[in-house]
Amino acid sequence: MLDTDFFRRWMAATAAAVGREADRLTELDAAIGDADHGSNMRRGFAAVDEVLEKEGPTAPGDVLTLAGRQLISTVGGASGPLYGTLLRRTGKALGDAQEVTADQLADALGAGVAAVAQLGGAQAGDKTMLDALLPAVEVLGTSFVEARDAALAGALATVPLRARKGRASYLGERSIGHQDPGAASAALLVGALAEASGTSGGGDA
Amino acid sequence: MSGEKQVGIVLVSHSGPVAKAVAELARGLAAGGATAPVAAAGGTSAGGLGTSAELIAEAARAVDGGAGIALLVDLGSAVLTVKSMLAEGGELPGGARLVDAPFVEGAVAALVTASAGGDLDAVEAAATDAYGYRKA
Repeated sequence: MLDTDFFRRWMAATAAAVGREADRLTELDAAIGDADHGSNMRRGFAAVDEVLEKEGPTAPGDVLTLAGRQLISTVGGASGPLYGTLLRRTGKALGDAQEVTADQLADALGAGVAAVAQLGGAQAGDKTMLDALLPAVEVLGTSFVEARDAALAGALATVPLRARKGRASYLGERSIGHQDPGAASAALLVGALAEASGTSGGGDA
Repeated sequence: MSGEKQVGIVLVSHSGPVAKAVAELARGLAAGGATAPVAAAGGTSAGGLGTSAELIAEAARAVDGGAGIALLVDLGSAVLTVKSMLAEGGELPGGARLVDAPFVEGAVAALVTASAGGDLDAVEAAATDAYGYRKA
């Protein structure tokens, strides 16, 4: 079972990962976007850390709802409302249960991903964060490590795609050959799940 | 339609100066006299390029006269931030609505209509109609 503490660890591991990888995310964004994804994500998740520390939510759903709201109000770029909606909607789907199963989390995250797709009007193959999230959600109930690998593979698979959403879509053909920064950060979020559950160790990737 | 309660307009841009200037332009073109309330919510709270949910909520409260609020947005995070705020509920005053319109032309059309006492549907229709004006 996954308790509130697990969800706190997930958010903390995500904050650490986007902090560690901020330069890489910004470099990816510099190629096809406006070169702020790394700093936006780092600022957003640092603010999530702070608000969770300050408010001390007591249920898994509350952790994610609070985190999502914080991202929307602090990021300032498109990743704020997109990741904010993802976490907030996932948190709402978890309700006020004190503990949830991996299957329940997979279902809830599926609802969150659907909300992101609706908000941005994107679908699989548009070279967005969905290309990492959709394959991850499919296997999340089975294993967080599999989900992490699926998200990473999905992010890498955005390289040959042509962007159809966001600023990168203005580049048309020239967006081909670059990994989507949103898919890259989404893979970090999913990877942090495996880390939070202590199953990422051992260099099995 | 005595102008007692007018629809408020919020202009959300990635850039503070753009939002402000478009508000000014709309006011200047709307009428000789007083216009309906219009507020700019441009850029981040720190003054950079981007979108601030806080500034948007503030602007919406400032123009809320109880007759509804039309939010016009430029692109990207401006669109997504307003949409996600509306989806949440409670972050914007009741009667706030995202209006699908070209930013500059829509702002002028919306403010003219709101200043003339049009209701939120009329304001939205006028702003959206601005898409139909071809320039070439």
